[in-house]
Amino acid sequence: MSCEVPLLVADHVSRLYGSRIGCANVSFDLYDGEVVSVVGESGSGKSTLLSVLSGSTPATSGRIFYRMRDGNTRDLATLGEAERRLLMRTDWGFVRQDAAEGLRMGVSAGANVGERLIGAGERRYRRIRSEALDWMGRVEIDPMRIDESPQTFSGGMRQRLQIARNLVTRPRLVFMDEPTGGLDVSVQARLLDQIRSLVREFSLSVVIVTHDLAVARLLSDRMIVMRHGIAIESGLTDQVLEDPREPYTQLLVSSMLQV
Amino acid sequence: MSAPIATGYNFAYLDEQTKRMIRRAILKAIAIPGYQVPFASREMPMPYGWGTGGVQVTAAILGPDDILKVIDQGSDDTTNAVSIRRFFQKTAGVATTTHTSKATIIQTRHRIPEDAVKEGQTIVFQVPIPEPLRFLEPRETETRTMHALQEYGLMHVKLYEDIARHGHIATTYAYPVRVNGRYLMDPSPTPKFDNPKMDMSPALQLFGAGREKRIYAIPPYTSVVSLDFEDHPFERGAPDRPCALCGSTGVFLDEVVTDDKGARMFVCSDTDFCERALMRRTAPEEIA
Repeated sequence: MSCEVPLLVADHVSRLYGSRIGCANVSFDLYDGEVVSVVGESGSGKSTLLSVLSGSTPATSGRIFYRMRDGNTRDLATLGEAERRLLMRTDWGFVRQDAAEGLRMGVSAGANVGERLIGAGERRYRRIRSEALDWMGRVEIDPMRIDESPQTFSGGMRQRLQIARNLVTRPRLVFMDEPTGGLDVSVQARLLDQIRSLVREFSLSVVIVTHDLAVARLLSDRMIVMRHGIAIESGLTDQVLEDPREPYTQLLVSSMLQV
Repeated sequence: MSAPIATGYNFAYLDEQTKRMIRRAILKAIAIPGYQVPFASREMPMPYGWGTGGVQVTAAILGPDDILKVIDQGSDDTTNAVSIRRFFQKTAGVATTTHTSKATIIQTRHRIPEDAVKEGQTIVFQVPIPEPLRFLEPRETETRTMHALQEYGLMHVKLYEDIARHGHIATTYAYPVRVNGRYLMDPSPTPKFDNPKMDMSPALQLFGAGREKRIYAIPPYTSVVSLDFEDHPFERGAPDRPCALCGSTGVFLDEVVTDDKGARMFVCSDTDFCERALMRRTAPEEIA
């Protein structure tokens, strides 16, 4: 099994903004089909870590390795821009908190899903159309709305459309930045449910950044707790939540809302 | 018809250094077919949008022996064509013509003449927005990267939208093309009917965008392919009727409203072609 070799390796990754720390010395391995959550309060460096891992911000020090589809593990810093962008639109997905950033709001829902297929070289309209319909069904958006602009969609629908757009090229690794932020609770629950089943179905590896421990508990296998740019604790999600070691993690866990 | 030559101006209005600068941009554009070369566009004595890019390109390549034809939407006698023609008559004193076959330089706003162009001729297009991806991706830095990496999927997203909305590719002008298998190019707002004429054309085709400060080119005998989907191929969209004046078929037609009761007629957009077709029909011996 290829699971022996991790899909993504972060090796002492740091990102400094001048003398300020974005994130410092973060190391972890991510295996196939595994979901890792990065939790922490606002400003703890979660999003910085995510943008460094996904290559949109260069790391100040440390290295990131990724096992490409051909089985070779490459240092992401050595990838050319063309390779990195190709990776970004085929083998990776990026689900943003604000769906308007991750979607193309000027074109229809179908075109949003189809864009990555077209980018991967698909030139048959019917294929693009049927894949788009299929994916809208999977994320429970009424296929009748395929030609409507995402402007007319609700927040939850936009987020689901964004997920469909990212998964249509069957990526192996998906980065998610607060995918449920800004949604009301019932919509959140439904979305989390869908993300969970999609992750299972496609055995996706996911790095999910969230401030919501409930989201982390529901989705992730392992958890990294960040504070002031440093990963202060990491381990199996249940273990961290049941038996937090660091005082800060204890504080986070105890401030989780109980219903 | 010819206007008196204006004094106090350099030949063809622009000073020699400016012409050299523009010629350098043109040479670079010819060397990289379809690539948009930035150039230091000058203020011209006409408003942006009236063909300042085309006029600068024409001024840079014009010689005293050239014969100039200027058309606006195929017509030799509308405002834009008349004023640009007069501009070069006055500032360069060059000979002008309306006959496609006699011209050495044809400056055009959005049409390619119906008569086949030949080797040695140059067509100069006036371009409003040179970047075909502009309306899909507003960032110049991003569109440049997309050109550099040949990431042209976005253009097909636009065509997808067309088919999804209208059942067919509804883009009828500024129809995107791939030049020499490399650069995505906006053929300026020419009707897509003229796109096939650009492919392997024996004439040199130059494009000037004055406001956007870009020059690009298609050298003679260069492949120009209109983008499409496998199951929705490019269609030229030939008109379904003959010209109401000269009776020619398979030419691009303009719709002309003839009264306020909804009457209209369809006539050749290329006025020079129409006139001569009409003369051939009425007095064939005069043309011979």
